[in-house]
Amino acid sequence: MQKFLSSWWGIPLSAQFGLLVITAYLLIVALAPWLAPFGETEILANAYEPWSSTYWLGTDSLGRDMLSRIIYGARNTVGIALVATLLAFLIGGLLGLLAATVGGVLDQLLSRMVDVVMAIPSLIFALLMLTIVGTSATSLVLVIALLDSTKVFRLARSVAQSIVVMDFVEAARLRGEGRWYLMRHEILPNVSAPLIAEFGLRFCFVFLFISTLSFLGLGTQPPAADWGSMVRDNATLISFGDITPLLPALAIALLTVAINFVVDWKLHAASGLKD
Amino acid sequence: MDSVLWNVGGWTHDRNTVYELFWGGVAMKAILIMVLQRLGLGMLTLFIVSVIIFSAVELLPGDLAQEILGQSATPETVAAFRAELGLDEPAVQRYGQWLLNVVSGDFGHSLANGRAISELLASRVGNTLFLAAYAAIIAVPLSLILGILTALYRNSWFDRSVNVLTLSSISFPEFFIAYILILAFAVKIPLFPSLANIYPDTPFLDMLYRATLPVMTLVMVVVAHMMRMTRAAIINVLASPYVEMARLKGISPFRVIVKHALPNALAPIINVIALNLAYLVVGVVVVEVVFVYPGLGQLLVDSVSKRDVTVVQAVSLIFAATFILLNLVADVLAIVTNPRLLNPR
Repeated sequence: MQKFLSSWWGIPLSAQFGLLVITAYLLIVALAPWLAPFGETEILANAYEPWSSTYWLGTDSLGRDMLSRIIYGARNTVGIALVATLLAFLIGGLLGLLAATVGGVLDQLLSRMVDVVMAIPSLIFALLMLTIVGTSATSLVLVIALLDSTKVFRLARSVAQSIVVMDFVEAARLRGEGRWYLMRHEILPNVSAPLIAEFGLRFCFVFLFISTLSFLGLGTQPPAADWGSMVRDNATLISFGDITPLLPALAIALLTVAINFVVDWKLHAASGLKD
Repeated sequence: MDSVLWNVGGWTHDRNTVYELFWGGVAMKAILIMVLQRLGLGMLTLFIVSVIIFSAVELLPGDLAQEILGQSATPETVAAFRAELGLDEPAVQRYGQWLLNVVSGDFGHSLANGRAISELLASRVGNTLFLAAYAAIIAVPLSLILGILTALYRNSWFDRSVNVLTLSSISFPEFFIAYILILAFAVKIPLFPSLANIYPDTPFLDMLYRATLPVMTLVMVVVAHMMRMTRAAIINVLASPYVEMARLKGISPFRVIVKHALPNALAPIINVIALNLAYLVVGVVVVEVVFVYPGLGQLLVDSVSKRDVTVVQAVSLIFAATFILLNLVADVLAIVTNPRLLNPR
């Protein structure tokens, strides 16, 4: 505890704030059913009730409790983004390591495919693919994971390429270790640090991207609560000067700012700069 | 000047001129080759992307004819309709035909309502270009000036506050910024309209006025990126020995920036500008939806939710082609303006 506290005060204020916010979000995601005063899809009152002691943040366009939907929305929005990012790192990281280890035709083939996908703006590509597979949470996760894995692939490949030529990998190869062993035990431990740093940034990107698609009505489908679509559904309130529809958007922005702060601190610490 | 004269192609020159003629020629040739290579690569990318977008329809589960005619259609009608659309021809042949049609401005028909897509696109392309150009005209000079100023006065309170502001506008979703602007400038202080409805006969000044809030949103998002990159590029160059040298010679700070730092920072800056202009073309999608602006982005989102594949195909092709062409222009400009390539040793 002592040790934890002393290291806690050693980190910059912005990073402390970021870590606190991230912890709070994770708690909300885990404890949503206990924290929310009402159910996720329960219709309780008239549409657009103002803030009151029963409905703290009023009700939405269908008369559901806004606060409860924001709390449940954390599960859907953050959860989907987390799954998509993890999947992107799994696909992109694996293929990147494979391309660097095997090299040759496979490397060329994968790299050129990635080049082509990256030549198309990702929002356009995602919309094109969502037209083909239809809009649902599952297809959203798959499409975004696939798109984002191209960026992970590039990073993983370029970092792994500088590891592959090192002597200890060569030694392992001469020892007769298989390709999987090389990737798992020789290369992966040495590329994981930059990949983990990238994870925060990619998660932010995926999170904003999914919120945007949900806002456009192409992400999580109703009645599931989702921050992006909540803004869209209740946007009419804004023209009456009510800020309630902006709260889910604020929830999105707060998390991305928090993650950026933490990643900034991590990158700064890793680069060894002092100021 | 060297007094020895050289005979080149019947003309006599001093040594420096010969040197310049020779290396100048080589440099121009090298630049030309690089530019041509880049153009070739760009065209190849464009071709592959068009193939991908064309295959979107092929990948559609089920049959396009069945999709249009609905579940109740008899197999005979579907077959007849397939023949009419030319769907029974091989894919390569249809791709060729589609590409020829697209080049001549014919994008086919919408699956949802059967209207010609070129008709749907006609006014929207202009509207979207107007929005993007309007935002770019404000954003590019603004971010260059802010970038140079923050680089000059780095670590001052000015630099820090701009930094915090841009970092947060990068972290916000676009629709959040858009709704904050609506709340502030359309509801609380009613200065601008919150809906940017524009018709073909809207006068130009009125268009500028109605598009204010969407343009402000776009500018805020794009300036953040562009300014940060400009700042980084200039700070990078300012740390180099030749800038130090220029400073030690006693040249004014302004001249150091404009004469020595800027030409060398130009390549990365051009790249950033192009990247963000390309981003603008895509960023309009969200902004158009928020402000109900009749542009390509809104059409695209509507068509995706209706699964109107042919329209999605046409609009994605336009967006993707613009994106690729802008990046291509940026690469060529970066090559052409590179002082190291223009003045080789």
